[in-house]
Amino acid sequence: MTILADRPAAFDESPALEHAQAPSGFLKWVTSTDHKVIGKNYTVTAVIFFLLAGCMAMLIRAQLANPDSTLLSQHTYNEMFTMHGSLMIYLFVGPVAFGGLANYVVPLQIGAPDMAFPRLNALSYWLYLGGGSLMMMGFLTTGSAADFGWVAYAPLSNSINTPGAGPDLWIVALILTGFSAIFTGVNLVSTIYYLRAPGMTMFRMPIFTWNMLVTGILILIAFPVFTSALVMLWCDRHLGAHIFEVQGGGVPVLWQDLFWFFGHPEVYILALPFFGIVTDIIAVFSRKPIFGYRGMVFATISIAALSTSVWAHHMFTTGVVLLPFFSLMSYLIAVPTGIKFFNWIGTMWRGSVKFDTPMLFCIGFLGTFLVGGVTGILLASPPIDFATHDTYFVVAHFHSVVMALVMGAFAGFFYWYPKMTGRMLREGLGKATFWFMFIGTNVTFDPQYLLGLKGSPRRVAEYAASEGFTTLNRISSAGAVLLFISVAIFLVNLVVSWRVPIPAGDNPWDASSLEWATSSPPPHHNFLKIPPIRSQRPVWDQNHPEHRILEHAKPRFGGLLANAGGSTVLLEDLSADGDEGAEGPGSDDYGGTGGPVL
Amino acid sequence: MGKRGVKKLGRVAQFALLGAVALGLGGCSLPTFGGFRGATSQGQTEFKLWSWMTIAGVVVAVIVWGLILWAMVAYRRRDSNQIPKQFHGNLPVEILYTVIPLIIVGFIFFYTVVAENKVDALAPNPAVRITVTGFQWGWSFSYTDSSGKQLALVETAQRRPPLLAASPLSSQYPRFELPLGETTQITLVSNDVVHTFYVPAFNFGRQALPGVTNRFDFTPVETGVFVGHCATYCGLYHSEMLFSVAVVSPNSFHTWLNSHATSGGAP
Repeated sequence: MTILADRPAAFDESPALEHAQAPSGFLKWVTSTDHKVIGKNYTVTAVIFFLLAGCMAMLIRAQLANPDSTLLSQHTYNEMFTMHGSLMIYLFVGPVAFGGLANYVVPLQIGAPDMAFPRLNALSYWLYLGGGSLMMMGFLTTGSAADFGWVAYAPLSNSINTPGAGPDLWIVALILTGFSAIFTGVNLVSTIYYLRAPGMTMFRMPIFTWNMLVTGILILIAFPVFTSALVMLWCDRHLGAHIFEVQGGGVPVLWQDLFWFFGHPEVYILALPFFGIVTDIIAVFSRKPIFGYRGMVFATISIAALSTSVWAHHMFTTGVVLLPFFSLMSYLIAVPTGIKFFNWIGTMWRGSVKFDTPMLFCIGFLGTFLVGGVTGILLASPPIDFATHDTYFVVAHFHSVVMALVMGAFAGFFYWYPKMTGRMLREGLGKATFWFMFIGTNVTFDPQYLLGLKGSPRRVAEYAASEGFTTLNRISSAGAVLLFISVAIFLVNLVVSWRVPIPAGDNPWDASSLEWATSSPPPHHNFLKIPPIRSQRPVWDQNHPEHRILEHAKPRFGGLLANAGGSTVLLEDLSADGDEGAEGPGSDDYGGTGGPVL
Repeated sequence: MGKRGVKKLGRVAQFALLGAVALGLGGCSLPTFGGFRGATSQGQTEFKLWSWMTIAGVVVAVIVWGLILWAMVAYRRRDSNQIPKQFHGNLPVEILYTVIPLIIVGFIFFYTVVAENKVDALAPNPAVRITVTGFQWGWSFSYTDSSGKQLALVETAQRRPPLLAASPLSSQYPRFELPLGETTQITLVSNDVVHTFYVPAFNFGRQALPGVTNRFDFTPVETGVFVGHCATYCGLYHSEMLFSVAVVSPNSFHTWLNSHATSGGAP
């Protein structure tokens, strides 16, 4: 049952021999080009930035729990919300997905031995770690860290309004992490196009891999613009370039355009990986194939396409953008996102749904993302945006979105932790983490919608008691404590699993994609043998040969094509002897033989 | 298998529609959902759009949450060996949930454009003209005639405010006045960084952008004193860049304007 029938002998021994001298510990961390090691490095580093940013959020909530608060000075408060946003957006949510989980999982899901460019992959990580550390070093400078908000609007970000080394470090840090992201994007796209195992056609890839392909392409569209804009900003600050300065004939609003041309695709660079994680986990825990697989793929592609033409919905109140166009484009994103929601529900529909921790986090993702989605539709309407822009309504909106993504990330942690370490996390502690996080998210951020509607602007260090914001702010701060507890329980879970391991086995979730065919953790170069890949669920087909994906009642264009080509491998031949896979799986209705075929 | 599902969906949609109609017709005024009803005619236009779109949003959210909960409860795993039927889609249902959102988007886009044109409309001959300038950290409100000559001026007295924010209504922050029922045109500029002139009760904010001149109209429909903030982060004392606006009768407005006349300004 292997398509590499003539190779196992060589494979069985060579990895051990080849890597007998491989370093361990610190040297391994510093020198490895193995995607699994780099993926883990990325994940751990990103989680550290998440914890730091979370502590800053706790300080912010402590400050706002009382009116006229003097806990933090205005200057410190401004640094805190700037660095909280920067760490979370630039150094956690994105990198943990495309540098961490995807780096680890994508080669496994497509049956590849590593990423396409392992050294470039290592460079990505070191640029990311270097950039992130550089940003944090702002706190060590005399002028202290950047304090112009994570969006760094010009001309507040020029050398007169925000002088000092902290803001410069922030800019250079993001140039470095920008390059890091671009290299990771190149790596992901190349890996997915060129390193799929024989039989892994494009339309057999897990949705997570699909979404990482589209994310990689979006990175290549968005990050070069942002990285260039940062270089321009640096030139403005140090060379007097006047690109964003009225005084020299420059255009301040150009920064907003460039920033958000990156910033909105960035939202989907952050979101699509977690959409993918959630899609695959729901299918596994419902014991069913993904409902509307191809609809899901096309929804992902349309979201990515639309996301490049909606940036100015962040700029409705500038008065210098074409409102109806950007409003319509933003509304339209709701359609593919809606398709995804119904596909997720459709996957559970008539399934057999089990609520282990990863699945619970997926449900939390659905419930919370829906709040962010519906309020996003409201904000896509220019008149409503005029009333709520830059208030806590917007803060609440994107925290609903991002906290949903964080729940997606936790779903991914709990789902793949056994694969990465060979150990299970504790279910009880996992469920406690989920409930604290789900309730905490809603207690923290739902009152902020009301705060925004009452007229509380964002990024204010203090508010007067007479404004009537006190009670809602206190509820919100109490919610933040719940979130803090949830993350603490998660850390305890990690320690417990480390001290008293429960072995995971190869496939603890009865999952269906290729990463579950290898050992936990996987050996060097990932696979000793690869099962035949004749559907979207190679591992499921192997474990449940009698429960293949059913065909639609009526043949569609795909079925007709397959018959015309004389091969119906996808659906009919699953139970056949797998040896033919050695020459490649033949052409199915979607084309592709595992090589670089789209 | 598809038909029953579609029927079920149809029934849910019917209930939702009934609910929405009942909400719309039952109450004599639209629900606020925590927002301001709008103290200007432009703000009221925004409010109506806000209220209807939020109703639609709540209906959609309740339907989707309902479906999620229903799928969770109805299809929970009862038997650990149970393996359900391995179907992977349902074309009619998939088409249905692609087309319906497209239609909804069409509707909300239409009403958005209608409301947006009202909110953004500029009167050819406004009764009052004010040039508002945002700066670090305060505001100036310069009343002008149609030729741009300054009639009166109100501005932040102290650029570096004391460390504790008082209420925006306190006397340390500037207050400007508007006549009830008459249209005031505001010309908004900034001399330094990006600010946002934001009056929550008017349901309106607009950026004061260096290098850009923004214009918009307010037609107040309600007297009172309303707080105003800078909404876009603009540096150290952003949270204290406060002001207030009083809507008064046209008569008392003119009295007030004369009392604030700049030398050689108002007659």
